[in-house]
Amino acid sequence: MDDAAVIAALRARDERVFEELMRMYNASLLRVAQIYVASRAVAEEVVQETWIGVLNGIDRFEGRSSLKTWIFRILTNIAKTRGQREGRTVPFSALERPDAVPEAAVDPDRFLSPDHERWPGHWATKPEPWPEERLLATETREVLERAIEELPPVQRAVISLRDVEGWSSEETRNALGVSETNQRVLLHRARSKVRQALEGYLMEAR
Amino acid sequence: MSASIEQLSCQELVELVTDYLEGALPEAERNSFLHHIEGCTGCREYVSQMRETIALTGRLTPADLSPEAEAALLAAFRDWKSR
Repeated sequence: MDDAAVIAALRARDERVFEELMRMYNASLLRVAQIYVASRAVAEEVVQETWIGVLNGIDRFEGRSSLKTWIFRILTNIAKTRGQREGRTVPFSALERPDAVPEAAVDPDRFLSPDHERWPGHWATKPEPWPEERLLATETREVLERAIEELPPVQRAVISLRDVEGWSSEETRNALGVSETNQRVLLHRARSKVRQALEGYLMEAR
Repeated sequence: MSASIEQLSCQELVELVTDYLEGALPEAERNSFLHHIEGCTGCREYVSQMRETIALTGRLTPADLSPEAEAALLAAFRDWKSR
């Protein structure tokens, strides 16, 4: 269904389409809400309020952005207000200047020193192949889930949208209101940390 | 070990992996990236672990609203519909 069809169906009060739309976006809406509010419970409330806002606004929606972008804008506004009321503000740098604080993808100790005479900056301890048979084990999945939960909220949102939901970088950056470069920086940090967590688990338990 | 591998260290390469996978590396950097992983087993393994990480993340079940919240929303929808 394209946007026009979904909008028409919502305006016609088609419950099935509304349900489908919720199923499609709830996970991502939750992740983005969690950038601004502390608890999962409040994030759920924000998502609920968002859908009420969508219903109340759909008859007046002019389609100047995609439906998806519009829905996420409603969410972001509600989540920001809730976050402020909770006394929680997202550091400006988290979204606008993620590279302001440098972060290494790999622990610097894994590399030889930059002034090593023969191999500056080369692996001191190389990554070893992961045991294939354990990649799909339940425990590995739990390690992965925990690593994602422990990410800073903005990084968690980006990796959830891109890699769990399979959104494009453009969809992700529109939903979050970040630039292409920042989206990529955030994705890089998220993926790097998750890889590191998997490596830590898979290598130590070998 | 060739000159271009010396130009890009492993420590530098790991910071370029996402740009590489996203197709966002300028051609010259992409070439030294490719050249480096051709000759470096550690970095080749690193890139493959990043791909595995992405694939495993793609198998996760997305978070969802609680059934109560979803039911409340459907009730809200019916309420809105009857207005």
